[in-house]
Amino acid sequence: MSKLWLIIKREYLAKVRNKSFVIMTFLSPILMVGMIVLIAYLTKVNDSERRVLTILDESVFFDQDFNPTPSTAYVSLRDISLEAAKDSTASLGYYGLLYIPPESTLIKAAEGAVFFSRESPNTAVLAGLEEIFQHRLREQKLKDIGVSEADFATIQNQYELNTATFTGRQSVKGINEIKAIIGGGFGYLIMMFIIIYGGFVMRSVIEEKTSRVIEVIISSVKPFQLMLGKIIGNSLAGITQFAIWIVSAGLLLLVVLLIFDIDPTGLGNPTPMPANSLMPTPPSPSGVDTLQQYAEELYRIPWAMLIFFFVVYFLLGYLIYSSIYAAIGAAVDNETDTQQFIFPIILPLMLAIYVGFFSVFNNPHGPIAVGFSLFPLTSPIVMLMRLPGGLGEGGVPVWQLITSLVLLAGTFLGIVWLAAKIYRVGILMYGKKPSYREIFKWLKY
Amino acid sequence: MNTILVADEVTKKFGNHLALNKISLEIPKNSIYGLLGPNGAGKTTLIRIINQITYPDTGKVYFDGQPLQPRHVSMIGYLPEERGLYKSMKVGEQALYLAQLKGLSLSEARTRLKYWFDRLDIGDWWNRKIQELSKGMAQKIQFIVTVLHKPKLLIFDEPFSGFDPINANIIKDEILQLKADGTSIIFSTHRMESVEELCEYIALIHNAEKILDGKLSEIKKAYKNNVFNVGLMANNGEELLQELDGNFSISGSNYDPEEGQLHFRVQLPSEDTRDFLQYVSGRASIHNFVETIPSASDIFIQTVQSKNLHE
Repeated sequence: MSKLWLIIKREYLAKVRNKSFVIMTFLSPILMVGMIVLIAYLTKVNDSERRVLTILDESVFFDQDFNPTPSTAYVSLRDISLEAAKDSTASLGYYGLLYIPPESTLIKAAEGAVFFSRESPNTAVLAGLEEIFQHRLREQKLKDIGVSEADFATIQNQYELNTATFTGRQSVKGINEIKAIIGGGFGYLIMMFIIIYGGFVMRSVIEEKTSRVIEVIISSVKPFQLMLGKIIGNSLAGITQFAIWIVSAGLLLLVVLLIFDIDPTGLGNPTPMPANSLMPTPPSPSGVDTLQQYAEELYRIPWAMLIFFFVVYFLLGYLIYSSIYAAIGAAVDNETDTQQFIFPIILPLMLAIYVGFFSVFNNPHGPIAVGFSLFPLTSPIVMLMRLPGGLGEGGVPVWQLITSLVLLAGTFLGIVWLAAKIYRVGILMYGKKPSYREIFKWLKY
Repeated sequence: MNTILVADEVTKKFGNHLALNKISLEIPKNSIYGLLGPNGAGKTTLIRIINQITYPDTGKVYFDGQPLQPRHVSMIGYLPEERGLYKSMKVGEQALYLAQLKGLSLSEARTRLKYWFDRLDIGDWWNRKIQELSKGMAQKIQFIVTVLHKPKLLIFDEPFSGFDPINANIIKDEILQLKADGTSIIFSTHRMESVEELCEYIALIHNAEKILDGKLSEIKKAYKNNVFNVGLMANNGEELLQELDGNFSISGSNYDPEEGQLHFRVQLPSEDTRDFLQYVSGRASIHNFVETIPSASDIFIQTVQSKNLHE
């Protein structure tokens, strides 16, 4: 036990004192926050650009329709030819020219309208212009069939089906997606952790092999002890780094937001609205209620249970994968030889993430979601995506959770046993580039 | 029996490859024991079994009279053939770590390290990283961490490879001192001549089998074939040689008329040299007369050949 402790301590210290580790630890949050600030800044810059469009309306149907908005200004041209209008638009450096031909009817005029610009125009600009035409066309057509604007407004209502669970609780639409995203966040965290820090373990094993210190060490401790110590030590270093990242990124972000006065809620929503929407969607009267419902739903997510199982799945999943990484490190002589072995490890992880995002979003309790949440190499990710939906009635059936955990624990024991065997033989093999066949043979040594 | 280590019919297979075939050895306490044989003979596998890095398929190993147990690793010091240290770790920290893994307490390890660093005059290396040291310097550290926990049995696999001659001599002297202090020592090497003069006992391993073992002096006695190198001062070398050739079995002769020196090898029928010396001393003055003692590698080759003939 005390030897294991010594190994953990050495591995931990070796990792956290490593220069590139220290640099990455402190640079990453700065880079991350820098990126966010940059994106926010660019979005702001992007938004603040005001485009000027010239309009040559020879039909005079659209005289009153082009009103300036924060992003677009309009200059009306009169009594000049189309060519002259194009020239002056270009020479003034305006964004483009909207030409409406002198037709007898509004519909014909709209059909004949052309937008000229130097390059192919921005979709938001086009959408804004189209919106204006659409609005006038609808008005005209309504008038033609004898329906007033006010009557039209009364028949144009948005319909939303109310939903409730059998127990009578009102449920909100999209909450499954939100829950899956929360679960997906946990799953993604596990995947990233495995890939980054599993690599740590592997490189640490390779380092011991290439520096030839390995045989000195295992004449004092059991190979399994060494492997375990390396996995735990490197993982603790990983957790330290992760914690520093989260705390410092949070602090930095807060500081930056305060300094630059950026509204963080706007960051998640960068898609621009149509520039000149004449019919802004009115805030739905039930909006506050819905928000309240979402908050309640989120509150109802069994966080304690979720975090508990996150820890369980994280530990088992991470130990399974990092022992495979350790075995790979033991099998090879240098890092370039690891590629052929790493791909098959990453594969189930990627599969879990994608299957999770596609099928768990769709149906958290469908056969694919259930299957992948039982299969041990994907369950740490997929099950965590399902769990925010709750456990037991309406959520993940208890038997599935238990089966998944039993399978995972069994696989954990099996894989660690196999990995330890490969590790034990591999660390003493020098100068060979092993094949899968070779490694399979080692299992019988 | 006063042995530090006994191997009893130890067999080890790797897949279909037989690495050790019923090897039995007895290594006396406080001796220097040579485990000799070509590369791939099975020496390293045997050593790894002694260090409990791998385990025998069948057969038993006894350490100091007891079946080998995990706690024995702290009584064995092992310098592997493939050896090295953590490159980016500081010398002192690394030595403390390795010593603690062998079961020493931190304070004990520190005291002993001080002693060894002073002894080998490398005290100022404590805070340097291994990657900053030369290979020879690193080997000294490696030696210290091997012997630091005062093991009862020291095992050196290819001990002097990687050492420059000066350091090799320093280490050789240290090993002899450790032996004088009561430690038992195993040298394993394929370069038999490098340890021959140090070993009291040897075992020859070939193709997973032990082909010969015992006290080196006795083995040499058994293998010596009464061949002597003779150097004579004689002016009439040619004639003398002819005369000798008629009476004894002479080979490899060489006569230098200018210096008047005659060299040759003679094969005598027995250990008794009196007849030959009497015969020669009446005819020429003897410049030298030395028994040719077979070297370990001679013995090895001879044994392997005779084994092959028998098979």
